[in-house]
Amino acid sequence: MSKLQSQAGSAVSQRSTIRESFGDRVFIAIIYLILTVVLIAVLYPLIYIVSSSLSSPAAVTSGKVWLWPVDMTLDGYKSVLRNDQVIMGYANSLFYTTIGTIISVALTIMIAYPLSKKTFVGRSPLMMFITFTMLFSGGLIPTYLVVKSMGLIDTRWALLIPNAIWVWQVIIARTFFQNSIPEELSEAADIDGCSDIRFIFSVILPLAKPIVAVLSLMYAVGQWNAYFDALIYLKTQSLYPLQLILRSILILSNSTGNMDVGEMVKQQQMAELMKFSLIVMASLPVLVIYPFVQRYFVQGMLIGSVKG
Amino acid sequence: MIPPVAYFIIFKYVPMVNAVLAFKDYNVIKGIWGSPWVGTKYFELLFQNPAFATLIKNTLYISFYSLVVGFPVPILLALALNEVKNAKFKKTVQMVTYAPYFISTVVMVSIIMLFLSPRLGIVNTIAGTLGFEAVNFLGEPGLFRSIYVFSDVWQSMGYSAVIYLAALAGIDPSLYEAAKVDGANRFQKMVNIDLPGLLPAAVIILILSVGNIMAVGFEKIYLLQNPLNLSASEIISTYVYKMGLLNANYSFATAVGLFNSLINLVLLLTVNAAAKRLSNTSLW
Repeated sequence: MSKLQSQAGSAVSQRSTIRESFGDRVFIAIIYLILTVVLIAVLYPLIYIVSSSLSSPAAVTSGKVWLWPVDMTLDGYKSVLRNDQVIMGYANSLFYTTIGTIISVALTIMIAYPLSKKTFVGRSPLMMFITFTMLFSGGLIPTYLVVKSMGLIDTRWALLIPNAIWVWQVIIARTFFQNSIPEELSEAADIDGCSDIRFIFSVILPLAKPIVAVLSLMYAVGQWNAYFDALIYLKTQSLYPLQLILRSILILSNSTGNMDVGEMVKQQQMAELMKFSLIVMASLPVLVIYPFVQRYFVQGMLIGSVKG
Repeated sequence: MIPPVAYFIIFKYVPMVNAVLAFKDYNVIKGIWGSPWVGTKYFELLFQNPAFATLIKNTLYISFYSLVVGFPVPILLALALNEVKNAKFKKTVQMVTYAPYFISTVVMVSIIMLFLSPRLGIVNTIAGTLGFEAVNFLGEPGLFRSIYVFSDVWQSMGYSAVIYLAALAGIDPSLYEAAKVDGANRFQKMVNIDLPGLLPAAVIILILSVGNIMAVGFEKIYLLQNPLNLSASEIISTYVYKMGLLNANYSFATAVGLFNSLINLVLLLTVNAAAKRLSNTSLW
């Protein structure tokens, strides 16, 4: 991959030694213009949200904020942090993300590794068995009934198990194992009398660190952002992940009423401000690790797109 | 090996078998297998339902709209980024366009709502200063699809462009040199070298997205729905959820869901076969 990039890079520098024609320069200018517009279009809403979350409630609701924060204050964040529901949701989401990721990654590797071995009998039927689930599914209700019959409804397990394996991740992991762990390694281990279990723990896993990182990040982001399973499987509020709590505050706007008018206006402004602060807070864990995450995400997508 | 296989059997294949529920009258006490057979009663009920035509229309409309807009945009973005020589600018654009992908659906929908709110939203505030009347965007059925599709483009173009950028980086540099010798300009190079180079990746992604057509963004659409835009936003999957889980009409909802999955499968197989014929690229 990096070799290809550097080749492409040298081609670029060679190209630029020949003077660009007028038409080419116009073309390039248009491209820069378009990309700048795209950049602003994507960036602006993000800046606006962060700025609003740092502005005073009155400034937000009167539309004074348009780029930078107005009357900087942390009130929004303070009231978010005072909200017990939000804190509980945060804690639950951390739990689901950590445990769910561990379960998912373990299961994915358990199936992807055998699938990557050419010596494994039944490899292609098993692969078909798995990919078929991408093409056809029983649907929402039949799946719900299975989860119900297993007694998982309204337990934490409902968010950890029924969606634990993503086929796409299995394909990515399998491709990685196929391309980066030579078959000879396991032959050598066999000759040395190494057991399969020991082989996996002392040879495969250390070599598989990059893929474990990729899988963990993808599952973790997925788990952190998921809400639908919680919506259908959970009834007890104290089990709700953050996203479900966000939904009730941000989208259904369940705020408490019955106050006098002046107080209500204030409350309403505060509620608006809280929404912006909540959006930032909810996205924070992912955004903080974003630069690191992005690299691995790209890597994961690239590994997955190499045909195996 | 065994736990993941068990997982697939229990959570993927048992539900497929459970889908026979569509041909039975579900009875909670008797369970799926004890409930009496009713043949195609629920399918007939569905086809006779006046809401059915709207459901199909909305589902297909939204999915094709998002395919038509959402499919080419990442390709164009990748092509444009590929022409940029300034590494810093290129990286900035990539980082920024990639970031919204990490925003959760719930947060994304609430951002859309905050921006488009008729009273306080920034879009209406700006429109107001320019002298336009405030619009209740999410209350207009006619605008629903565009809001859905373009917010999706905003969120995912950077992410989707990555595959294409990789494909572009893999193009043999000697092709560019040959083109230079032949006197091709940049635009001609883009059309004659870059675009064909992207084709295999594009075909695979097209097939996969067609396979997803009937499963189109349920979560986001469900969250964006309100009584005012329902005429344009009710799709098969949201209907299944409401009928099945909220109204406990299990058999009927299963029939609708099964119908949905079948259309999906047929579409996928068709496009895959067509792609195989036309460009020799296919999923299998």
